[in-house]
This record gives sequence, structure tokens and C-alpha cells, in this order.
Amino acid sequence: MASPFNIRRQTGFTTIAVTCFVLLYMPIILLVVYSFNSGNSIAIWEGFSWRWYQSAWQNEQVQEATVRSLIIALWASGISTSVAVLAALATTRTRKFKGQSAVFAMINQPLMVPEIVTAVALLIFFAMIKVATGYTGLAYLIIAHSAFCIPFAYLPIRARLQGMDLSLEQAAADLYATPFQVFRRITLPQLWPGILAGAMLAFVISLDDVVITEFVKSAGQDTLPTYMLGQLRRVVTPEINAISTVLLGISVTFVIAFTVLSKIKN
Amino acid sequence: MADLTTAADRRAARTRWLLLAPALVILVFAASGPLLITLVYSFLTPGDYGGVEWQFSWSAWFNVFMERDIFEDTLGFSDAHLSIFWRSVKLSLMTTVLCLFFGFPTAYFIATRPKKQRDLWMLLIIIPFWTNLLIRTFAVVELIRNEGTVNTVLIALGIVDEPIQMLFTEFSILVGMVYVYLPLMVLPLYASMERLDFSLVEAGYDLYASRFQVLRRVILPLVKPGVIAGSILVFVPSLGAYVTPRVMGGGNQLMIGNLIELQFGQGRNWPLGAALSITLLAIVMVALMAYVRTAGDEDPRHG
Repeated sequence: MASPFNIRRQTGFTTIAVTCFVLLYMPIILLVVYSFNSGNSIAIWEGFSWRWYQSAWQNEQVQEATVRSLIIALWASGISTSVAVLAALATTRTRKFKGQSAVFAMINQPLMVPEIVTAVALLIFFAMIKVATGYTGLAYLIIAHSAFCIPFAYLPIRARLQGMDLSLEQAAADLYATPFQVFRRITLPQLWPGILAGAMLAFVISLDDVVITEFVKSAGQDTLPTYMLGQLRRVVTPEINAISTVLLGISVTFVIAFTVLSKIKN
Repeated sequence: MADLTTAADRRAARTRWLLLAPALVILVFAASGPLLITLVYSFLTPGDYGGVEWQFSWSAWFNVFMERDIFEDTLGFSDAHLSIFWRSVKLSLMTTVLCLFFGFPTAYFIATRPKKQRDLWMLLIIIPFWTNLLIRTFAVVELIRNEGTVNTVLIALGIVDEPIQMLFTEFSILVGMVYVYLPLMVLPLYASMERLDFSLVEAGYDLYASRFQVLRRVILPLVKPGVIAGSILVFVPSLGAYVTPRVMGGGNQLMIGNLIELQFGQGRNWPLGAALSITLLAIVMVALMAYVRTAGDEDPRHG
């Protein structure tokens, strides 16, 4: 033992940790690399090309699924963030109220109940409504996505609210501002990083959802992830890699932006 | 004065519920309400072409674990269902153990980096956590399928003559689940290791403990809440996994999630699907309750 004794070291831990990081990233990196392959293979490199991005771009099914995914994600993140802001205002800075734990259980339900169970439950419920009303549009997917996005939007907003200084709001109230004015002029300007973070998280969660969408969608309502799931049964070309890479890019951008936003100090 | 405060309280309560109402309406409509209807459906009779007949029946619950032999009219355990339950539990436990094996040293490694580096290392864990589960599963499929990277390399090196069949086996489901759920193990482990007091570790060495003894007798007891939290956070979604076994198992190696789906497709037995869903939910709730109890024991600063 030439090096000084390091109390933090544990034999083999660094090796396993480095292996872990390599294993975590190697499949993703290979996936991205082969999206630029000029050949048909996902394992034999034949040269660089944008070919699969072009073919995905021109694929009508992909176009439709992309537009649908974006519409649903925009609606779902908009709805879930709006209601989450109101819910966060109602549940922070108050003393323990009657029914509080029931409210928290409901808000967090989408995080705790296995997705497949929620998916089946929505399939059953929406099938009843579809029979009764005859409506089979996108609203079912938008409502379903809004519901499971609520906790993801709610948590960062609530965290932000809890970290905020109350004295400014009290000062405003002392100066006869109405509750709405206080919210609009004092709370909102301090809260926006939390709201933006929540909305972005909700957007990504909606964009990535597979299971609930797969069960709730009517015929011809594929989103990008369910389209990909369907394609996996066929012969796979790097076109899927290209679509995956774009989705990965969006997620990574949003996660980094989210991390930065949640670090902004009041 | 007392009247005044109660009036103000009442007004505050009304405002609170008004603010909560939109979120609760959506959640009742698209989360908790449908769950109750699922419970009702589990007690109905299956319709001929999917759906249900509104007629009370225990048969769905009966069929979760049992089956009636149609030729001899005898009762027995449903081998098909039991083997799927067993596979789900077995693979979920193995996933948990493997995630712990890889996740524990990784979390320890991150927690012992200089303070400024830690956030960056954690970001490397968080990024996969927030990326699409389907895409991550698919990335592993590309690696291990017959014409995938691993087999191509093995054949090119002359180690094997023909591809090793890894996809569509229990092994591939296990690999896929460990891969997608590993971040869920590292996150809580890191949270408890980050505030590990290394003076206690030092004291252990001062008392002539070996590295392994320090790990077993000092570090492990201190980070036990993180170990339990991580294990439950991995076990619960593994048990309810649907996408990974569907993509990795190729329809042969079903887990509970796929068995549930089957009842709403080819099986055309919605009540059984509903009963299986409620069963899965009940198992998950028990595991989560255990989690809440251990999390409650933890330092509230990191709750």
C-alpha cells in the first residue's frame, strides 16, 4: 500500500460504479450512433448519413403521430400545470386541514398505482363513456394524460412555494392589495421558475407515455411512443433509432433545463 | 372575537376547496373514479365479445388463482396464472438484488466524490431516469438481439458461430428491467449516503476494523433506510412492468402486466382482467406501506 490509507475507499466499488455508468450509457450511445448509419443494420456500421432522419420525416404515420403527441402533451401540460398551481396554493402555508391526507393521496395516486392498473381502469371507464356518447376523439387521451401529469407538475410548484418568503405577501396584504393582486404581483413573479419546471416535467412525462396511451387510444390515434411500440414487432430499421434520438434529445434538454430552473434562487 | 375567527376560517376553507376543485375533478374523473369502477367490474360476468354482463359473479376472483377442469369438473390451482405470478415475483426480486449490487457501489462512489462533482454525477443518473422507458428498453433490445451489437461482435471475433438467442427469454426481461429501473435504486441510496458521517467510519478503522467490517457494521446500518427505499422503489414498478416484458419477452414470457392486458384482448375476460389489476394493486400497496413506514423513520430534513 503505497498510497495513503483512504477511509472512504471500498474495495471494488469504483470498478462497479464505472461499469455501471458505462452500461447505463453504452446502449443509448449505440442507439444514437446507429441512427446515422447509412446501411439498414442497427449493428454493422456502413457510413454516416441523414438518410433515416429523412425517411422518418417523410413517413406520414410518423408525422401524424408526432403532431398528435405534441397536441396531447401541450394540452396535458397546460391543464395539469394550471390546476397544479391552484392546488399547490391551496395546500401550502395552511395548517393541517380536514381531508388533507385524502387530497395528497389523490394527487399522488398516479405515482403509486402501477401504470398498467390505471391504464386498464381508464380503458374500462372510457369504454362505457364511448358507448354512451359515441365520442371517440382525442379528449380521452388529453384528460388521461392531464391526470397522471398532475403530481409531476404539482411537486416542483409546491417545493417553490414552500421555499418562498411570506413577508412580501403579508406586506402587500397590509397595503390593502386584494388576494388576486397579491398573487398576480407578488406570488406569481417569484413562482414562475417552479411553474415552468412543473410544466416542462409534465410535458416530457406526457410525451413519453406508452402504457396508458396504448390502452386509452381509439383506432388510428397512435402517438409517437405507441407507434414505435407497434413497429418493434416488425423488421427494425435505423428509422426507429432516428425517432428515438429526437425524443431523447427533447427529454435531455428538458431535464437539464428543469435542473437549472429548480436551482434558481428567489 | 371567536365568531370572527371561525368565519375567517370558514372562508379560508372554502377558498382552499375551490382552489383544489379543478385538480380533484380531473383526478376523480381519470384516476380514482375509474379505479373504483374496475373494482366493480371484477365482480361482474364477462360479455361474449369483451365488456361485461351486469350480473354479479365471484368467478373472476376465483379465476385469479384457481381453475375448474372442464372435463372432470374438479377444482385446481391455475398453473398458467401461478407460473406467471411466480415469474413476476422472481424476476422482480432478482431485478431488485441486481440493482442493489450495481446501485450501492455507484451511489457510494458518487457520495464520496468532492462536493462540486456530485451534482454532475447525479445528473448522469437522473437523465436516464427521465428519458423514455420504451426507448431505453429498445436500446437494450438492439444490443442483445440476434443481429444486434453483442452477437455481431461475438461472431466477428469468432467466439461463436451463430448468434446466441438472448432476446425473448427471462434473461432478457431481467437485463431490461435492471437497466431501466437502476436509477430508482441509486437516487434514494445516494440521498442517505450523502449525509453519511465519515467520522464514524474513521472510528471503525481506528478500532482495527477491516474494510469489509466497516462496510458491514458501520456503513450498512447507517444507510439501511436508503437500501430499503431503493429496493421498494425498484420492486414495485418491476412487479407491474408491462412495456419491458412485452418488448423483451416477445409474448412468450408473460408477467402480471401482460396477463392483465391479455384479458382485454384475446382473453375477452374483462372481469378477470379487473380482478388481476386489483390484486396487483393490493400487492403494490402493501409494499408501499412498508416504504412509507421506513421513510417516516428517516431524518425529516430529507423527507
